Amino acid sequence: MTNLTDINVPGPTTIPLTEPFWDAAAEGRFILQLCGGCQQHVFYPREICPHCWSGDLHWVPASGQGTLKSFTIVHRPGHPGWMAVTPYTVGLVALAEGPTMLSHILGDAPQVGQAVGFAPTNIGGRVLPCFRIITSQTTPKGDLA
Amino acid sequence: MSLARSKAAIVGVGELAPIRRTVGESTLGMLARCAALALTDSGLEKAEIDGLLVGPQVGETPQHVPATMAEYLGLMPTMSNVVDLGGASGLGMIWRAAAAIEAGMCEAVLCVIGNHRNSDAPRSPNRNPIREFDVPFGASGANVAYALLKQAHMAQYGSTDADFALIAHWARANAQLTPEAIFYGQPASVDEILASPMIAAPLHKFEIVMPVAGAEAVIVTSAKRAKDRGMTAVHLLGAGEKITHRAVSQAPDLTSGPLKPSMARAFAQSGTRVQDMSLLSLYDCYTVMVATTLEDSGICPPGGFGAFMRDHDFGPAGRYPMNSNGGQLGFGQPDLAGGMVHVVDAVHQLRGTATGRQIQGAELALVTGNGATMSEAVALVLGADV
Repeated sequence: MTNLTDINVPGPTTIPLTEPFWDAAAEGRFILQLCGGCQQHVFYPREICPHCWSGDLHWVPASGQGTLKSFTIVHRPGHPGWMAVTPYTVGLVALAEGPTMLSHILGDAPQVGQAVGFAPTNIGGRVLPCFRIITSQTTPKGDLA
Repeated sequence: MSLARSKAAIVGVGELAPIRRTVGESTLGMLARCAALALTDSGLEKAEIDGLLVGPQVGETPQHVPATMAEYLGLMPTMSNVVDLGGASGLGMIWRAAAAIEAGMCEAVLCVIGNHRNSDAPRSPNRNPIREFDVPFGASGANVAYALLKQAHMAQYGSTDADFALIAHWARANAQLTPEAIFYGQPASVDEILASPMIAAPLHKFEIVMPVAGAEAVIVTSAKRAKDRGMTAVHLLGAGEKITHRAVSQAPDLTSGPLKPSMARAFAQSGTRVQDMSLLSLYDCYTVMVATTLEDSGICPPGGFGAFMRDHDFGPAGRYPMNSNGGQLGFGQPDLAGGMVHVVDAVHQLRGTATGRQIQGAELALVTGNGATMSEAVALVLGADV
């Protein structure tokens, strides 16, 4: 069985504005932009706050906690590089800070409403901010193999 | 009633029958053939076309699309633009054409959209947030987004796979009345739909449109000109549009979409209710899109689409004929022209020329278009010339 580390898939197309988010994830930290104008968290990173249009956005540590709003188990991926690790799970994570983020979901038997936690994971040679389903037996941790 | 409320008249339609693959075609060439069909159908002269609305043409013509299309057609329009609303683009063209005519910018607008499916079709070279923040996690393409929407509906309302499969079943059933449909000769039972391969759970293959090559064209002019010239007209009575997001992660709601306010505006403008419609021509890229649209239209309560589907006949003789040519799930999805497929079928029904599938006494149609991840919505209410 192919490991996520070994697949050849497209990585993030970063720009200087977004690099801190990906760099932090690669170091095992989860950060979000916070708006100084309206005190709301923002995801994905932007030049101005989508809520109040303030340009006063700064990076802050985030909890890495969230709940699964929805998920799909992908059998026929849109990009052929993902075929080797099918079926795999993609989900919408409602972050504790407010915004929703799409991510790769680790762990078995996902259910809508379940708690998930930040799990930095090596996908195709890059450590990305994935999330893992939290059960009573497990604490979230990444797969940095 | 129709004439008094008419914002503009659709006086010509053209359609290239869907096909699975093309060889050596250009999108420009296909759109030109389709435009000529619509012009012939309208009875207008080419020189009378002074407005042009076209869809995006990824890869072939990334910029200067209206000028490229106008030059190819030998037109010199006084109003022209690209309408880029995904599957809602065709519907977005119709009300923009009406608005441009009302503003005095032009008098007869060609709205044309479609694409080839040669083997060398380019992939979109995106460098935007959905490329940066969705694709790296394994979420390329629309299937993942609509699977997430279907899962959310099932979790919120307890809707079942069989409920969703009924939508695809009716699409296939109506496609049997449409010889041009890609699934003509291939009906599908609920069990067959549920037995089709799982693509992105909970989405099965037969709940997803078949991508095809094709093109659709519509000519819009003023209701006055249509009347003065004695043209066969179908009237635009109301329209609504709303854009809420691009990526599914940014959707404000997963079980109700921007078609809800769009349909409400179209009904208000036309003085109609969903229950008045002779035809529901609902954008059906995936089964879940129809489910959500039915609920957002008010024809059934939120979470109630399954019972509504079980309780009604959606063929041309039923109480609520829906997607009478099979919709995109039965007819095929010619890429961004998917929404215009619904417009052209509605025009045939309201003219009384839907041979083999005619709804008796059809007077009003609701047509919906949807783009991206339940993000871009246009709703139209069309009326017969009565």
